[in-house]
Amino acid sequence: MSHVVEARDLAIGYPNRRVGAGISLGIGHGEALCLLGPNGSGKTTLFKTLLGLLPPLAGEVRVLDEPVADWSRAAFARKVGYVPQAHAGLFPFTVEDIVLMGRAARIERFAAPSRHDREIAADCLAALGVGHLRTRVYTEISGGERQLTLIARALAQEPALLVMDEPTASLDFGNQIRVLEHVGRLRGRGIAVLMSTHQPEHALRVADRIALLAPGRLAGLGAPAEVATPDALADLYGVDAAAIVASLPALSRLQPPEKHAS
Amino acid sequence: MAEIAAARPPLAAVPAFARLRWLAAPLLALAAALAALSFGRYPLPAWETVHFLFAAAGIAPMAPDRYALLHNLIVEIRLPRVLAAILVGASLSVSGAAYQALFRNPLVSPGLLGVLAGASAGAALAIVAGADWLLVQTSAFVMGLAAVGIGVGIAHAFGGGSIIMLILGGILSGALFASLLTIVKYMADPYSQLPSIVYWLMGSLGQANFDDMAWAAIPMALGILLLCLMGRALDALAMGDDEARALGVPVTAVRLVTIAAATLISAMTVSIAGMIGWIGLIVPHIARLLVGPGNARLLPAAASLGAAFLLFADGLARNLSTAELPIGIVTELLGIPVFLIVLHRVRRGWTS
Repeated sequence: MSHVVEARDLAIGYPNRRVGAGISLGIGHGEALCLLGPNGSGKTTLFKTLLGLLPPLAGEVRVLDEPVADWSRAAFARKVGYVPQAHAGLFPFTVEDIVLMGRAARIERFAAPSRHDREIAADCLAALGVGHLRTRVYTEISGGERQLTLIARALAQEPALLVMDEPTASLDFGNQIRVLEHVGRLRGRGIAVLMSTHQPEHALRVADRIALLAPGRLAGLGAPAEVATPDALADLYGVDAAAIVASLPALSRLQPPEKHAS
Repeated sequence: MAEIAAARPPLAAVPAFARLRWLAAPLLALAAALAALSFGRYPLPAWETVHFLFAAAGIAPMAPDRYALLHNLIVEIRLPRVLAAILVGASLSVSGAAYQALFRNPLVSPGLLGVLAGASAGAALAIVAGADWLLVQTSAFVMGLAAVGIGVGIAHAFGGGSIIMLILGGILSGALFASLLTIVKYMADPYSQLPSIVYWLMGSLGQANFDDMAWAAIPMALGILLLCLMGRALDALAMGDDEARALGVPVTAVRLVTIAAATLISAMTVSIAGMIGWIGLIVPHIARLLVGPGNARLLPAAASLGAAFLLFADGLARNLSTAELPIGIVTELLGIPVFLIVLHRVRRGWTS
């Protein structure tokens, strides 16, 4: 199976600080892979390496079978969209301005966005249920609305892969569900999704596969029922397995009942 | 996307006044240029200046002796100065706006980053050494570039490039080059070189002559144009380096081109007109209030407004008293109240 993005025996980190090593994973077209890991396990560092923003310390990242270093930034942006954690921003751009930035790699270098680009921007906002924000000022909307705006911006790139760094972290309950539903819909359209989250139940809800990133290494990769076991999660987060089961009722629906007896 | 498109109402057309708002700044600059060509010790009615310009273009007839008089007055005496005001005002403002976007910092300008101090030290050094025009420009540019480098370097070494550290870095770098300038002044001949350096740095557009302006106009106009073309890339850069890269913007190239162009044109303003403060800080904010933060519209608007602002300030400097005031002083006096108004309007956006 061909992969949208593939990491081969990857070592990640900074020249003076190695964060992780021996990481191998691949994401197929239309697949949703969720990355779980405690704070400081290197989720963002791994994403930056996969996105070509940080050179790998060892190993290789390939996007659509080409080494990531061989891609021009513009060509890469037409295939891979990145949703960072929402930030306040500095200059009072409108939400439409921000989403139109997602069209940058599809517009001639010095040209202005066309009506078609503006329509795509409006569609991406409407698809996330925030079409009404289009003319609002980005610095004045709520954190959740900003996050949805940044997702709309990445969608405006019309990517084959969406990399989302804790997309539900700053959202209220309704917006969390909305984003997760949308992740499901993206898979339906053949867009692969790689997202990190601190909430295992979100991963259980949308992921085709789950990856567990322990500090320094990949602790597990596979179908949710195989990987997200109470014992594995307890190991990953350094807490009691019974506490995991108590906090995550969704787990019991995945696990065969006899496993709980142990 | 068809089923999604149905979910939203069609895009409303942008109202005509909003679409034409970008025209306000260039029209203001044009009006200011016309006024600057008309006012002076020998005032002309604006319509006569327009008449002369049409005559010069061969469209309207004009009596030959009147034409010769106006040619002398408008083209030979006033035009170099007006061109200098337009180029200097536009350069300082557009590079201020570009620096603000590039460094994600609404409080930087060519003056605050130390570029003007660096360029004046460089130019003064070359003048004292008896260098020719090209070498003076080169020395101003190189020292201006060094000043940005030192300021940004200090900010990154000590504060991770935060807003306040970049300003402190710029102040330190400016202080360093100000003391270099003092050394140069100390070494200069106190009877001929020193007064000329001092008067030149106070700022005046009166030194502009046609030959120098013709030489300076090409790189400055190109630099302004280049920065204006960087607009969309600078928008993405305002979101942060990683995000801009992920959006497909070649960040390193954009950063190098922007710093080189903005530093070059602001260094050249120093050798044309001395140190003119405040414009590069306040005009971008006025332009942002007018056309919004999108750099594709902001940079041309800042260039036009900067030209208009400096033409206006030069008009005051020339006409306020019988002896001409240094324009650097006029822009500072004008700039402080304008900045207070701008500060009041935009401070909400600076809290982050």
